[in-house]
Amino acid sequence: MTLQNLIHACGFEPVLVAAPQTEVTGAYTSDLLSDVIAHCPDGAVLVTVQNHKNTVAVCTLVGAPAVLVVHRRDIPEDMLDAARREGVALLRTPQDQFAASCKIGAVLEKTAK
Amino acid sequence: MSVVSQSPVARHVKTGAYFGVDNEPLVLLELIQRLKVRDVMTPKLVTVSRDAPMRAAQELMRKKKISGIPVEENGRFFGLVSIDDIIRALGGGYIDDPCSRHMTTKLVVLEDDMPLSFALRYFDRYSYGRFPVLNRDQRLVGIICQRDINRVLLVELTSELNRLESASGQNVMRDGSSNIYVLREFPICKYDFESAGKAANQIKQILQEKKFPPKDIRRVAVAAYELEINLCVHSDGGVLSWQVANGRSEIIARDAGPGIEDVEWACRDGTSTASEWIRSLGFGAGMGLVNVKRVSDEFEITSKKGSGTTVKSVIQIGNTPP
Repeated sequence: MTLQNLIHACGFEPVLVAAPQTEVTGAYTSDLLSDVIAHCPDGAVLVTVQNHKNTVAVCTLVGAPAVLVVHRRDIPEDMLDAARREGVALLRTPQDQFAASCKIGAVLEKTAK
Repeated sequence: MSVVSQSPVARHVKTGAYFGVDNEPLVLLELIQRLKVRDVMTPKLVTVSRDAPMRAAQELMRKKKISGIPVEENGRFFGLVSIDDIIRALGGGYIDDPCSRHMTTKLVVLEDDMPLSFALRYFDRYSYGRFPVLNRDQRLVGIICQRDINRVLLVELTSELNRLESASGQNVMRDGSSNIYVLREFPICKYDFESAGKAANQIKQILQEKKFPPKDIRRVAVAAYELEINLCVHSDGGVLSWQVANGRSEIIARDAGPGIEDVEWACRDGTSTASEWIRSLGFGAGMGLVNVKRVSDEFEITSKKGSGTTVKSVIQIGNTPP
């Protein structure tokens, strides 16, 4: 499904979405960047508490099109800059990792049917 | 005029000392990070004791052609007698007074295990011609002046250039044709999270431009990123060098310290020495080296506590790009 549809269906806050038609194929939830590097699949939304620019760098590396920052944590200016530069979308939600992941899972499953 | 801007070599280094400037010569940046003050200072010191008359200091300066003498007894450092002090003593008629009465005691000193980049910044900040160098036990071990830096940098740069030239020459010869696509070196500074990931991203972009298979690109990028972060988090700074030739990517991460005590332990999943604040940035989960090993076709690590660590990751990325 497209990033735009996912954002709409899950009610996430689109902080920075340059390419809303990007295809999202899954999600990966982790706060450890090395874990993300090792296991996050291409095309997944990264659900994380890590609100800093290195998260964007890691997304670029693994081909994750978007970061969903949980607990509505602040998104620092340099993270925004990095995301703009690298073409990575930034989303936010007041939910925690588990709730946000469940939500994405449910929406993706519904679309697959 | 600041001291640093007096020589062409030093001027070049000065701008490099502030880092993050992409078009600075990487070799130079790496050198001023890798070299320690102790590698550059003059260790054989001419000193005087506190009781020695200023005249004795003046004599020594004339004979040894130096412009400042540390006042020292059994390694303990008390002050410095400079040419200015001597001129004032001659003018004031107290040249036969003991050094302890007129030496300069308000001094800026350097420590011997600081990187050379520190010393360069000090020469820039203060208008002193020399800095006494103390070790961790606060014993005087040497003195460093502008001339020492220029001399050592010229020698090091020449040998580095020779090494680079002969390295690229060998590769061309082995291959018959110059089948080297890329050779890059990235200096990585300690705790410079601002730049962390830049090297891996550049490597990834170059491989993408050359249309290597995405799966292989990801493996190389993962290895580069993890090694880059390792240098940033754990080392005192180092260099990530990368080359691709004949479908073989080779990354070497080299640093000058502090070294790993138990390499086998460090390569185990989940083991980490990272501090809390590094973990709070999402690093230091103890998966870095494990990740590098996993994506590499060949993996090698050598390290010694107290000296440096070298990690090599070789990844086959298909013979030639389509």
